[in-house]
Amino acid sequence: MADKKILIVEDSPTMRQLIAFTLRRLPNVALVEASDGVDALRKLGGEMFDLIFTDINMPIMDGLKLVSLVRNDPAFRHIPIVIITTEGAAEDRQRGLALGANDYLTKPIQAGKILAVARELLEIP
Amino acid sequence: MSMDDKVDDKGIQVRADEFLQMFKKGAEFTQDLLKENERLRYRIFQLEEELREGGFLSSLSEENRQLVARIEELEREKDEILGRIRHIEAENNDFATRYVEIEEENNNLANLYIASYQLHSILDFDDVLKVITEIIINLIGAEEFAVMLTDEKTGLLGAAASEGVPLHELPKVRPGEGTIGTIASTGESFFFEDPAGYVRDLRNPMVCIPLKIKEHVIGVIVIYKLLVQKKAFAPVDYELFTLLAGHAATAIFSSRLYSDSERKLSTMQGFINLLTK
Repeated sequence: MADKKILIVEDSPTMRQLIAFTLRRLPNVALVEASDGVDALRKLGGEMFDLIFTDINMPIMDGLKLVSLVRNDPAFRHIPIVIITTEGAAEDRQRGLALGANDYLTKPIQAGKILAVARELLEIP
Repeated sequence: MSMDDKVDDKGIQVRADEFLQMFKKGAEFTQDLLKENERLRYRIFQLEEELREGGFLSSLSEENRQLVARIEELEREKDEILGRIRHIEAENNDFATRYVEIEEENNNLANLYIASYQLHSILDFDDVLKVITEIIINLIGAEEFAVMLTDEKTGLLGAAASEGVPLHELPKVRPGEGTIGTIASTGESFFFEDPAGYVRDLRNPMVCIPLKIKEHVIGVIVIYKLLVQKKAFAPVDYELFTLLAGHAATAIFSSRLYSDSERKLSTMQGFINLLTK
């Protein structure tokens, strides 16, 4: 039985698998994958999550819109959100954090950083 | 009183005087003896005192010597323990460093495993190119790049997929021509020494990695620009590039073969259908 549930929102199956492969190293964690913002909202409506990892550049609904919607919904606004993106400029980072993301990681993907952030936000020692 | 009595009296007097004299001398001698005795006793007392003091000091110095020896022994033990602690601390640091390195290697291997798995899990040529593109962006951290493949008919290298640079802007390159052509001929990877100082030149990329199947080069991956947050290549990037290029080449080759066989199968099926109608 998983103690924590993480939603991974990423349009690239390869990257989703990479992030999931990394997060599976955490103990007692269940992972759910979504391919864009709309898919993520659908999955958020069905079950409760403890953490969301999202990309920014996605079709249908991008990651920033998703962060904004989650933060403005009383049912989900407590869920920590981590953005993982190729957009590494300072203004992109500021925009993401201003919308309510708890952390902002840039690609190329670094497994160590993903694990460290997840442990911190899920309070896993 | 007779004469004899007088003589006797006188004799007694003399003897009494002599006795008195002797007694006085005896008294004086006794006094001297007592004084000498007193002096000697005092001297004995002094000597005993000196002896006592001398013995205490010598016993004290013996204890001191033992204590000093013990302290030296403890100091040696302390130095030995401190040495061991330093050694253990150094070992701990080594282990911590090694742990971080192994963790990093583990992460890189995991990345490579996923990348390889994705590359070999699909047979469609366009999908393979898409996965290669995703890997180069997300794992290598490139912003502008292209996958160039050798046309088997013309022998020219042309872009099959690109990111950040329009496909039509990319040149067609002859083997041996410029950096791209040279890498395609030699099969050796090329990295521009100072990525920050690189100025984009489509014929001379910052990075050029041959896509090889054994020694046969089927194309190259060229990179013109890294993501803004990626300032330079890490040592692991070179390994990742090489390993990835090998897998990418195999995946491209397999998907081409599959596409060809599918096309041929489709053509043959068409003929069969035509003949059997």
